Amino acid sequence: MNQLLFAVSTIVVGVFGCVAYFYFSNILLDRVFPAKGPNAGTNINKANAIRPWLFLLPALLVLGLYLVYPVFSTFVLSLQDTRGSFIGGENYTWLAGDGKFRESLGNNLLWLVIVPAASTFFGLVAAGLTDRIKWGSVAQSLIFMPMAISFVGASVIWKFIYDYRGENQGEQIGLLNAIVEGLGGTAYAWITMPFWNNIFLMIILIWIQTGFAMVILSAALKGISEETIEAAYLDGASPLQIFFKIKIPQIWGTIAVVWTTITVTVLKVFDIVFAMTNGQWGTQVLANLMYDWMFRGSPDFGRGSAIVMVIMLLVTPVMIWNISNAHKENR
Amino acid sequence: MADLTLTDLVKTYGKVNVLRDINLDIQTGELIVFVGPSGCGKSTLLRMIAGLEKITDGTLKIDGQVVNDVPPSQRGIAMVFQSYALYPHMTVRDNMAFALNIAKKPKAEINAAVDKAAKALQLESYLDRLPKALSGGQRQRVAIGRAIVRDPKVYLFDEPLSNLDAALRVATRIEISQLKEAMPDSTMIYVTHDQVEAMTLADRIVVLANKGIAQVGSPLELYERPRTEFVAQFIGSPAMNLLPGKITATGPQTEVTLDAGGVGRADIATTDADMGKQVNLGVRPEDLVLTDSDAIFTGKVEIVEALGEVTLLYLPAKMSVGEGADSANQTHLLAKLPGIHEQLKGQTVGLTADPSKLQIFHDGVTMRS
Repeated sequence: MNQLLFAVSTIVVGVFGCVAYFYFSNILLDRVFPAKGPNAGTNINKANAIRPWLFLLPALLVLGLYLVYPVFSTFVLSLQDTRGSFIGGENYTWLAGDGKFRESLGNNLLWLVIVPAASTFFGLVAAGLTDRIKWGSVAQSLIFMPMAISFVGASVIWKFIYDYRGENQGEQIGLLNAIVEGLGGTAYAWITMPFWNNIFLMIILIWIQTGFAMVILSAALKGISEETIEAAYLDGASPLQIFFKIKIPQIWGTIAVVWTTITVTVLKVFDIVFAMTNGQWGTQVLANLMYDWMFRGSPDFGRGSAIVMVIMLLVTPVMIWNISNAHKENR
Repeated sequence: MADLTLTDLVKTYGKVNVLRDINLDIQTGELIVFVGPSGCGKSTLLRMIAGLEKITDGTLKIDGQVVNDVPPSQRGIAMVFQSYALYPHMTVRDNMAFALNIAKKPKAEINAAVDKAAKALQLESYLDRLPKALSGGQRQRVAIGRAIVRDPKVYLFDEPLSNLDAALRVATRIEISQLKEAMPDSTMIYVTHDQVEAMTLADRIVVLANKGIAQVGSPLELYERPRTEFVAQFIGSPAMNLLPGKITATGPQTEVTLDAGGVGRADIATTDADMGKQVNLGVRPEDLVLTDSDAIFTGKVEIVEALGEVTLLYLPAKMSVGEGADSANQTHLLAKLPGIHEQLKGQTVGLTADPSKLQIFHDGVTMRS
């Protein structure tokens, strides 16, 4: 009850505080630069130059506090050892030589190559196929559904698919093993299979992201002028040629946005690996490695932060490209 | 280079019938214009010829071959779309070369064809531009160039000028008619709702209405001898006046006494059997002249619109309301007099017309044999 009251009063204070801030700061600005008297014109111009900043200020401050400050703070942490004393770039040199870090970097690269490509490809195919059929919207909602499931939830679902029971643990309950056994093969502990277990984990994310790619690309495909498709048809292009030579080039910008958006998600991949293997059997990735060093066993904030900096360094350029692409799309 | 034969063409969407009983012969080298009110199915008919719409029933022959189930690219047609339908990601050159590239023609042949078309359409300096860097008129020329490059037997134009502004529309219209003169052998089918385009471009006009063909004929034939009230009012602007009346004398010249009084005599032969029939007397606004005696219609001028070269007079009258009429001539008789006649406002005037210019319609159909 107490908590509820506290939450409600926080909301009230927050909302009214904001309204009061905008209201009174606006009045104050009009007092300082009144829109009358001998300098009315210049005053209005000055006030108008300041006003946007007045309204942006709270957002900028909060963003700065919660986004920019942590970046610097993390960077500082990455230059310290477990006891908080400055050790320069030592954490980074340690990273460069660490086998687990190299494995993570390699795996992340693998994820980076396969997942965005596969998701975008399947999304494009799904969008292209569901675009023109009657029950396409039903198929689309089915394909989109995994998007609504959290990564951890999805991992639990797929755990049951890859599940393996040892000799004395009774009957196999995993879907994949059921199929394999049904076809006369022998059950296998899939997520311990070196290298391929990475792919099995990626399939989960592809399963989730395909829906996202499909929805965005399907909207883009619908935006293509029907007449250009008819013109290509009259020009003798086959459905496949129309798809690759007319449709895809016209939605190239959207494909790039989808691709990079998924890339950013992939670089930060954590939940799936955490829930499925926790980085064992050669499936470690950067985000999970960071979590290991930050919060597991004897925490080392310095090494953890160094890994975070690497992830950020990898994400930033993709992010910038993504945003500029999205800008281009909006124009 | 091709003639088309349309026999009993029918188009239905589900249970809705949009076109029926379409019978039409189009000769090699003709420029045919499909014209009609919006929703009359003229674009659908064009798309059926193109192969973009399935033919529900009947046969379509190009050069004597039934092409109902032949894919569009093998029908030997090329189409120019209303919104140009240029491929936005390709340069002008690639746009024009697309069909030939798909057909895997040799590079040299493609380039020669594109250059030739570009020269004819004055597009040479734009070949490396993207469509978005072109003006509306240039885009439409590229669309036409894309059709020319394919060297089709039949050109199809789907309202190609309706996205252009008025000045450009006239210029492009003239270009299309020059194009036609430069290619006397190619057959062209042109869809429009603009009767000026239809009248100026067409060898023959096909007026579509009520899911079928109302009349086929040369522009002046349609103007001078409309077969139905609909065609009479659809062709010509302002639309033809239709005044209800009864036949009071027959013979080589027929006399119609209007319900509003007044008598009109038309050079249309009738027999005794036609005596007393309820008819509509049709007279074009531009055929009416002022007269002091023997007026077909006498009335008070309510509105005067002086356009300089002509003056439009609106006289309240009991009019026959046809489906081709615009709202003004459902309640007023219109007269279009050359010159300026502003002083006529509020005056009572008599109007008459030459007997050879009058039409008589019975049950919506002309009595002219």
